[in-house]
Amino acid sequence: MAAPRIIVVGGGLAGLAAVIKIAEAGGSVDLFSIVPVKRSHSVCAQGGINAAKNLKGEGDTTWKHFDDTVYGGDFLANQTPVKAMCEAAPAIIDLLDRMGVPFNRTPEGLLDFRRFGGTLYNRTAFAGATTGQQLLYALDEQVRRYESEGKVKKYEGWEFLSAVIDSKGVARGITALDLRTMELRSFAADAIILATGGIGAIFGKSTNSVVCTGSAQSAVFQQGVYYANGELVQVHPTTIPGEDKLRLMSESARGEGGRVWVPRTPGDKRPVKQIPESERFYFLEEWYPKYGNLVPRDIATRAIHKVVYENHMGIDGQPMVYLDLTHIDRATLDRKLGGILDIYEKFVGVDPHEEPMKIFPGMHYTMGGLWVDFNQMTNIPGVFAAGEAEYQYHGANRLGANSLLSCIYGGFISGPNALTYAKSLPAAEGDGGHTAELTRQSEINDRLLKNEGKENPFKLWRELGDTMTKHATVIRYNKGLKQADEKIVELLDRYNNVSLADRSQWANTSFAFARQLKNMLEISRVVVQGAILRDESRGAHYKPDFPERNDEKFLKTGKASFTGLADGPRFEYEEVDTQFITPRPRRYDAAS
Amino acid sequence: MATKTVTFEIKRQASPDAPAAWERFELEWRPGMNVTTAMMDIAANPVTADGQPTTPVTYDSNCLEEICGSCAMRINGKARMACSALVDNLEQPIRVEPLSKFPLVRDLQVDRSVLFENLKAVKAWIPIDGTYDLGSGPRVYPQQQEVNYPFSNCISCTCCMEVCPQFNEDTGFVGAATIAQVKLFNNHPTGKVLKEERLRALAGDGGIQECGFAQNCVEVCPKRIPLTNAISDVSRDVLLQKAKDFFAK
Repeated sequence: MAAPRIIVVGGGLAGLAAVIKIAEAGGSVDLFSIVPVKRSHSVCAQGGINAAKNLKGEGDTTWKHFDDTVYGGDFLANQTPVKAMCEAAPAIIDLLDRMGVPFNRTPEGLLDFRRFGGTLYNRTAFAGATTGQQLLYALDEQVRRYESEGKVKKYEGWEFLSAVIDSKGVARGITALDLRTMELRSFAADAIILATGGIGAIFGKSTNSVVCTGSAQSAVFQQGVYYANGELVQVHPTTIPGEDKLRLMSESARGEGGRVWVPRTPGDKRPVKQIPESERFYFLEEWYPKYGNLVPRDIATRAIHKVVYENHMGIDGQPMVYLDLTHIDRATLDRKLGGILDIYEKFVGVDPHEEPMKIFPGMHYTMGGLWVDFNQMTNIPGVFAAGEAEYQYHGANRLGANSLLSCIYGGFISGPNALTYAKSLPAAEGDGGHTAELTRQSEINDRLLKNEGKENPFKLWRELGDTMTKHATVIRYNKGLKQADEKIVELLDRYNNVSLADRSQWANTSFAFARQLKNMLEISRVVVQGAILRDESRGAHYKPDFPERNDEKFLKTGKASFTGLADGPRFEYEEVDTQFITPRPRRYDAAS
Repeated sequence: MATKTVTFEIKRQASPDAPAAWERFELEWRPGMNVTTAMMDIAANPVTADGQPTTPVTYDSNCLEEICGSCAMRINGKARMACSALVDNLEQPIRVEPLSKFPLVRDLQVDRSVLFENLKAVKAWIPIDGTYDLGSGPRVYPQQQEVNYPFSNCISCTCCMEVCPQFNEDTGFVGAATIAQVKLFNNHPTGKVLKEERLRALAGDGGIQECGFAQNCVEVCPKRIPLTNAISDVSRDVLLQKAKDFFAK
């Protein structure tokens, strides 16, 4: 039998981690990515990566990391994989260190660690404030090494369209679109790994990159893969509002001592630096004395919302609060946070060494995702998922600096498991479904190219983003969520009248976008309907009408399956693995 | 009150073989607007200032915060990242055209894969034994980390190559970005085991001696990487390596 062939879709941290493990074990990999992999969204991660290395004499342990992660996620994550991830973390940091990641160092030349949200330990290794960039490059370099040895073939500038599934329901490859020549092709594989990131684009503006549309996840969801806990999305407390996107202002700013505040007098007209300490409302520190500015993101985000929308204390009446670093000396800031301070200065035109930054929460991370088992395989045999595209490590709220870890760990688990699976896969009958899937995709493409109507896909997308941001982010009401669902149904209907301003067959970006948009709309329904059904408040999912967590009814993983019916997806629920830590109330305001 | 507008002139070219033409756009101004926002606005309403329907502009972009390196283009004649090019800081009409030193794909999109090929040629990686748990990495003192870190911030935007007079088909010069990566990896305690191979890769035609020290690279770099320092250091190392190889014959 020929050596197994694995396809990895997505070249961020999770995808590259999977590729490295497969290549190292002797497998061959085809790596597909919309952008050159070095430009993947992982590059945007800033603050760091968690591992309980306990290099600060604090008595940190992998168990405490595990407990913080599960508690931070409000007990919705299956504990077995989370525990294994936290146990693997210290060795992952060592590996990254060996790969040459320029982590910040202590005077003795050891790895330095800093505080992050949702923990009381210095557990976050970091490379300035560009840790995601540095980690991505380290893995990219290792993959380039394998590529030059012929073990990896890259398809950069190709977009995944669908899985190829045979008559027995087993994955046999993918179809993909060459974004330059617009060629549609199918590629055979014995297993595929989707590492296609988050779904920020359905919210219009988010901290995510342009490619984070969730299109690939939605495509396989529509082919039968479960989508789990879709309603759980993270709104990051500190982002820079912008016209085109919300730019992340890393939690590491608070990890290094940054303080969040508003003037005690709403509309205080004095220049910000003339407002004395006693007239500043450090609301996170007052409300959460133990964790202070480093409460988990869902808590900080809701607190900022409360200050702005209930207490009407936003700066100058605007939806903004201060994130203040000006009390920290310039050299320390540059050494530890230089990257993000540059971003603020470049895009806002104000020097954050001198003036407090003005920030507001923004959609940031997708906790939900493709349902996978503990081997990272979805319910369709041969379709694996890793990284932000799947659901299993963060429960109802992700702790800062756990995403880089879960991406790399998930990639490391999925790669070898995909290889093992592929080795025992019987040969496909016939063509394994390739012709049928190519025909289906080709029909979708033809219809879209020829479609006559008056809808512009980019405008429909803006409407989707507005409705999702309004109804399905920080505070959720069933009434609003139902309006959002109706709006999505309307947009799906109007999608049938999409007419492309560009019908050419060369580097046609609106065509590719229109294909993504259909998938965005379908996955948006999962988010909204999942939120309607979860009548409780848990982690990032907050409903004022149901303010308490309800373990009896909702300590469950929600699994959506595609029906193709007008009502939208079907939902079922499965028990969460809580065998190690018994769920307890989640109270960051408690004194002990 | 009339809406404030912004005027763009964008160089359009449907394919590598098609003729190029400039199109003018009047767009609604918004606070904090950048060049990528303008591209998105055009996509949502692809009509020129003359009221002629056109196609959305093809261009590369991804992170929109100047860290992925995608959206390099020439804006008012200067190679830079479109996402961090704020409209308020630019003279109008804002003229946008593709990078000129790379094969054109369409409109503002060019093929910059040559940089990734160059990185392969100089083995820009740390040759680790394997990904299994082999314990911690080598000690690196903060002073060393602070020297290396800036070089690891290179976003592969290729602006340094675009503005380099020596980066052209005649010389085949690898460009500053690749040389800076050689310095980075040669500086690493494990990476330096490949130092000689990297230096030899830069010793021949298209190698480091093609550099004419115009210093445009260091001026244009959006990440302020000390590229000319890297070129000086690596030049010296390449010469030493050449001498060593000569006498070893």
